[in-house]
Amino acid sequence: MNSNSVIDPITLAVLAGRMEQIADEMDATLFRAAFNPIIAEAHDASHGLYHPETGDTLVQGKSGLPIFVGVMSFAVKAVIDKLAANNDLADGDIFIFNDAHIGGTHLSDMRLVRPYFYGGNLFCYLASVGHWHDVGGAVPGNYNPAATDVFQEALVIPPVRLARAGVVNQDIIDILLRNTRMPQSTEGDLNGQLSALDLGVQRMDELLDEYGDCTVQSALIALGDSAESLMRAELKALPNGRWEAQDYLDNDGIEDEPLAIHVALEINDDAMTIDFTGTALQCAGPVNIALPTTVATAYVAIKHLFSDLPANAGVMRPIDVRVPAGSLLSAQFPAPTGGYTETILRMIDVIFSAAAQASPTLVVANAYGTINALSIAGKRADGQPWVMFSFYGGGHGACCDGDGLNHGNAPISTATIPPMEILEAAYPVMFRQWALRAGSGGAGEYRGGMGAIYEIEVLSEGGAEAYLFGERGRFAPKGIAGGGEAAMNVFSYEQHEAWLQPPMVSKMRGIKLQQGEAVKLETPGGGGYGSAQQRKPQQVARDVQHELISAELADEQYGAAWREIDA
Amino acid sequence: MNTAVKNPGGSVVGVDVGGTFTDVFVLNEHDGTAVVAKVPTTKPDQSLGFLSGIQQQVNQLGDIAVVVHGTTAGTNALLERKGARCGVITSQGLRDVLEMRRRDRPRTWGLRGNFTPIVERQFRLEVPERMLADGTVHTDIDLDAVENATLQLLAAGCNAVAILFANAYANTENEAKAAALVRKLWPNSHVTASHEILPEIREFERFSTTVLNAFLQPEVSGYLRRLEAAMHSDGFTGEFMIVQSNGGVMSVDTASRLPLRTALSGPAAGVIAAGYIAKCAGFNNVITGDMGGTSFDVSLIADGQSMLSAQTSIDFGLVLRTPMIEITTIGAGGGSIAWVDKGGLLQVGPESAGSDPGPVAYGLGNTRPTVTDANIILGRIDSKSPIGGKLAALNAKAAAAALDEHIGNPLGLSTVDAAEAVLRVANSRMAGAIRLVSIERGFDPKQFVFMPFGGGGALHAGAMLHDVGIAKAIVPRYPGVTSAMGCVIADMRQDFVQTYMTTLDALDEVVLMTYMQNHVVAGMNVLNASHNRFESHHICFELDMAYAGQTHTLAVSIPVCVNDARVEAINKQCLTEAFDDTYVRTYGRLLPNGVRRVINLRTSVTGIRPKFDLSTLAPSSDGADIDTSLNPENITRCEKSGRRVFMDKRWYDTKVYDRLKLPIGSIISGPAILEQADTTVLIEPGLQGRIDSFGNTILEHREQSA
Repeated sequence: MNSNSVIDPITLAVLAGRMEQIADEMDATLFRAAFNPIIAEAHDASHGLYHPETGDTLVQGKSGLPIFVGVMSFAVKAVIDKLAANNDLADGDIFIFNDAHIGGTHLSDMRLVRPYFYGGNLFCYLASVGHWHDVGGAVPGNYNPAATDVFQEALVIPPVRLARAGVVNQDIIDILLRNTRMPQSTEGDLNGQLSALDLGVQRMDELLDEYGDCTVQSALIALGDSAESLMRAELKALPNGRWEAQDYLDNDGIEDEPLAIHVALEINDDAMTIDFTGTALQCAGPVNIALPTTVATAYVAIKHLFSDLPANAGVMRPIDVRVPAGSLLSAQFPAPTGGYTETILRMIDVIFSAAAQASPTLVVANAYGTINALSIAGKRADGQPWVMFSFYGGGHGACCDGDGLNHGNAPISTATIPPMEILEAAYPVMFRQWALRAGSGGAGEYRGGMGAIYEIEVLSEGGAEAYLFGERGRFAPKGIAGGGEAAMNVFSYEQHEAWLQPPMVSKMRGIKLQQGEAVKLETPGGGGYGSAQQRKPQQVARDVQHELISAELADEQYGAAWREIDA
Repeated sequence: MNTAVKNPGGSVVGVDVGGTFTDVFVLNEHDGTAVVAKVPTTKPDQSLGFLSGIQQQVNQLGDIAVVVHGTTAGTNALLERKGARCGVITSQGLRDVLEMRRRDRPRTWGLRGNFTPIVERQFRLEVPERMLADGTVHTDIDLDAVENATLQLLAAGCNAVAILFANAYANTENEAKAAALVRKLWPNSHVTASHEILPEIREFERFSTTVLNAFLQPEVSGYLRRLEAAMHSDGFTGEFMIVQSNGGVMSVDTASRLPLRTALSGPAAGVIAAGYIAKCAGFNNVITGDMGGTSFDVSLIADGQSMLSAQTSIDFGLVLRTPMIEITTIGAGGGSIAWVDKGGLLQVGPESAGSDPGPVAYGLGNTRPTVTDANIILGRIDSKSPIGGKLAALNAKAAAAALDEHIGNPLGLSTVDAAEAVLRVANSRMAGAIRLVSIERGFDPKQFVFMPFGGGGALHAGAMLHDVGIAKAIVPRYPGVTSAMGCVIADMRQDFVQTYMTTLDALDEVVLMTYMQNHVVAGMNVLNASHNRFESHHICFELDMAYAGQTHTLAVSIPVCVNDARVEAINKQCLTEAFDDTYVRTYGRLLPNGVRRVINLRTSVTGIRPKFDLSTLAPSSDGADIDTSLNPENITRCEKSGRRVFMDKRWYDTKVYDRLKLPIGSIISGPAILEQADTTVLIEPGLQGRIDSFGNTILEHREQSA
C-alpha cells in the first residue's frame, strides 16, 4: 500500500464500482447461503476489503448493516495485532472470533478475517461478519438483560485460526457446534461466510489479473484520498465552532440511576473532533459498549449526516473521536455489552443534537431511540415452552425537508418487523392494537413521526412471563432548531384488571401475566424541526383530520389558527 | 415487413404502449407469418395510437381473433397516485397497518423521506370483529358497524372500498359476511376483500395488495373498457386480453377485477419474447437487458424459465404481492447524467434526463451530459440521422461542450476521453447489475448469453461480453418491438395461493386436495371461457415449506397428477421426499430431527398457446423482393456510408451496414456498425456479428467463429 503512481480518472471510476461490487457479491453469497433468518432476511451481516497494515476499511458492500460499516476494521486490526506477535501469516489462513471488547458490537456477531495474497504478497484482508442465531450463554439468542459480565451472555472466542494455509481446523468447528443450541444454523452460517470469502478471493484474483496489482493499489489509495476530500469538503462548508449536547439512558437495568451521554463536537475548517468526555462511567448492566463500537457509531452518525459518503476509512481521517477512559463507551473486559444498541442510539442522538446547532438543515431530529426488546414466554397446553422475541418500531425525527416518518426502524439497523399474523400463528398471543400512537411526534414547523402502540394479549391457559429491555422511559427524543420533544416510551402491563408500570420504567424481568391479560408498549415518536409557530395551519388541520393529533393538542402546540382552515 | 396483410384471417395482434412509441406485432395464425408497426403513443387518450398502429397492418378489425395488450396504465396510476378515492373497513385496532408498513424506511442512510399511504387515515374505519390465527372466531362481526362504516365512506365520496380483516386467510367467515353486506350497499362493483385477492398470511402485504387493487380498479377497468369499446366500434369482434406481471395473459374481465396483476405487464411481455427468441436460437440460459431512457432492466432466464418474484414495491411502502417476472432495475439508461462528485470521482446516474428533455444533444433544455451524449461524441450514434425518427438531427456540439464543462475540465480529460470515461463507468454499472442478479440466484453469469432489447442496449452489448465475461450476446432482429411480440407469444396463466399452516405430519390430505381442486377448477373455468386456442394445459403445484422454527420458506414443487381437471390422490411420502430433495439442493443437508411444516399452497394453471415460427421474420422470408442469399455481393450491397467511431482508445474508420438486409450467415467483423430504424448494433474490434437463421445478430469474439 505504498504505490505512488497516479491513476487515471477513468480506471479509477471503473475500479471503484468493481471493488464495491466484489463486496456486494460477497454479501449476496452469504444472504443466499445463510440458514438463519437474521442474516438471510434481516441482512444482519457485512463484507469488505481492508488495509493489510492498518486494517482500515478500503471498500465495503452496499447492503450490509449500517453499524458494521464502521466496526469491521477493528476486527481486521485485532487479527493484525495478534499476528504482529508471531509474524507467521500464510495464504489460506482464516481467523474467526466474536470478542466484542476487541471487535465491537456484541457476541452474536461472528467475524471471519482472511488475508488475501497476490503474487505471493499480502495485498489486503477480506472479512465477513454475520449475526449468528445462538452462541451459547445463559439465554437463547444471547440477549440477556440481567447479565453482569460477558460470560453470562455467550461463549467468547478471541481471534483464532479457523484455517491454516487453506486447511480448515475441524477442532474449532467442533467447539463452536458443541456450544450452541442451534448447531445446524451455526454450521450453515459458517459455511455461508466461508463461501463468501472464497468468492471474494476469486473475484480479487480476476480483478488483479486484469488490471495489475499496482493499478488496483493506486486505485485504493486514490479512493481513500477521494473519500477524505469529500469529507473535508463537507466539513469546510460548515461553520467553525464547538457545540455540546447531553442526553441520558434511563438506567442500566441493575441500578436505577440515569447515565449521561455527553458529546462536544468541534469543527475546525476541514476537520472535526467528536469528544465524549463527560459521559457516565462503566456500569454494572449490559448498556456498556467497547471502544470499537463507539468509534463505529460515530461513523454511522456521520454517514447519516452526509449520506453520499462512500464506505471507506478515508472518511474518518479528518475526524478525531475522543473517548474518556473508564467510561461506559470504553468498557473493559469482561463488562457485559449485550444491550449495546440502546447506548449507541443515544450516541447518535447527541451527535445529531450537537450538529444541529452547527447546521440545522444538515440534521434530522432524534428518532425514537430504543429498540424495545420485548420477550413473552410461557408453556403451551402440551407443556412445550414458547418464547416470542421481537424489537418494536417508533417515529423518526423531522428535518428541514418535512415531517418525520411514522413507525420506522432504528437508525443502526435496516431490519423489518415480523408480521403480526406470523407472530399470532407462532405464539398464543393476540394483538389488540397494532397502531400509530397519535400525538407522539414532537411539535414543530415539521413534526416528528408518530410512534406506535402495540397491545398484546396472552391467550395461553397457563399465562406467561414478559421481559422488556427498552429505553427513553424518562428522557424524551429531542427536536432540533426549536422543534419540540416527542412522547416518551411507556410500557404497561395488566394485572387483575389494573394497568401497572415497571419501577425501572423501561426495563423489567419476569412480569407475570394470566390468560386474557396484556402488555402494552407505547413507543416514542421522533423529535420536531423548527418552531411550532411556523407550521402551516393547513398541515395542522390535516393532522387533526387524520386524527394524528387531537384538536386539544393542536390548540396547545400550534394555537387555534388551524381551526380557520376548511379541511 | 411493410405491406399490410390483405386478409389476416385468424390473426393475433400484440400491442405494447410505451412512453414514446406504441408497438404492434401482427401474427397470422394460419400461415405463421408476422408483421410489425411502430407509431407514436398518443396522450392522453392512448386508444388513438393503439388503433392507428393496428390499422397500419390490418385492414379489417373484424379479421382479428385476439388482441393482447401489454400496458403500463396500472404502473403509471400507482406511480402518479391517480387512482380511486378508496376507503378501508378493517378489524378493531388495526387501521394503521397500511401506514406502519413493515417498519422500514425509504433509504438506509440519511433518515430523510416519508410515506403517504394510498388511503387517508380518516377513510380507514375499524369495526368490532376478530379472527384468531387458528381460524376460530374471537369476536363476531358487528354488521351494524359495517353498515355504518360503509355509509360513512360513501358519504365521504369514496368510490372503491377494501375490507381488511386480521387472519382472514385462516377463516374467511367474518370478512366474507362484511363483503356481502358492503356489496349490497355499494353503488358500483369496486368492492375488494383481502381473502379474495390474496388468502395468504402476512397482514401488511395482503392489505397493501388488496388496497392497491381497489385503488386501481376504476382507473384500469375504465381504460380497458374504453379501448375495447373503441375497437368494437371499428368492427373488432374477437377477444381482448391483457399481459400479466407473471408473463401470462388474462381476459379483460379478469384484468378489470384484478388490475394489480398488470403492474409489470409491459416489461414482462418483453422478457417472455426474449426468452422465446433465445430458445429458438438455441440458448436456454439468457440474461436480458432492456436499456431505456432512465434505467437498465435486467432479468434472468435459466433453463428456459423466467425467474418469478413473489412481490415487489412499486414505490416505497406500496407493496404488491403477486407473482411477477423478476426484473432488477438500475439507474443507467441513455438519459442517465454523468457528473463528478465532490471527491473528484466520476459518477453516472442515478439522476436522469429521461427522454424529455433527454440528452443535451436533443436541444430540449438539458445541459448536463448523458450516456447518449457520450455515444454521440464517439460516433457510435449517428448525430446526422438519429434513430427513432423523433428528431431530425442531434446537436453534437452542445453534447461536446457539456462533456467538457462537467467531466473533461474537472478531470483534465479531452472531450473524447471524457466521453469514453462516461461509457466505461456506465458499462461497468450495467455489468455489475448482470453479475449481481446471477449471483443472487446462485448462477454463474458466464454460463449465460446476454440479450439486449429496447432501443439502446445493442450499443453496449459488446461491452457486456468484456466486462462480465459472457461469451455471446444475441441481438434480436427487431429489438424495438420485443414487448409487442411477447404479447403474442405469452401463454394464458392464472396463479392461485392459499395459506394452509400445518406440520407435514398433521397435514390432512383431503383438505389440501380440496384446495388444489378449487384452484384447478377456477383456473380451467377461465381457460375454457377464453376464445383462445390452446395446444395443451399445464398445471403446477408448489408448497411453501420449512422446518419448524425457520421463517424462511422454500418453494417445493410437488408431483401431483391431474387427469381431466381432477386432482389425483396425494401421497404424504411424496411431499416429504419433494421437500427433502429441495432442501438438500438449497442448503446441502437435512436437519435430522427437524419438523417439516407447510405454510402455503401455490397453483398455476396455464393454457399453452400455439407458438409462431420465428424464422418467418428472417431475412429470406420477410416479404422483401431482394436477393438475400449468402454471397459477398449481397453483404457489400448492405454497406452504407461509413463513419469514424472511437473504440478501445482510438478512432476507427468504421463500415456501417443496413442490418435488416444482411443475408443469413453473414459474418461482419468489428469494427462495424449495423443500423436499422430504431436500433444501432455496435461491433467492436475483436468481435464479430453473425446473422443467424432467424435474422438475429450473434455477437461473439472473433476467434470463436466456426
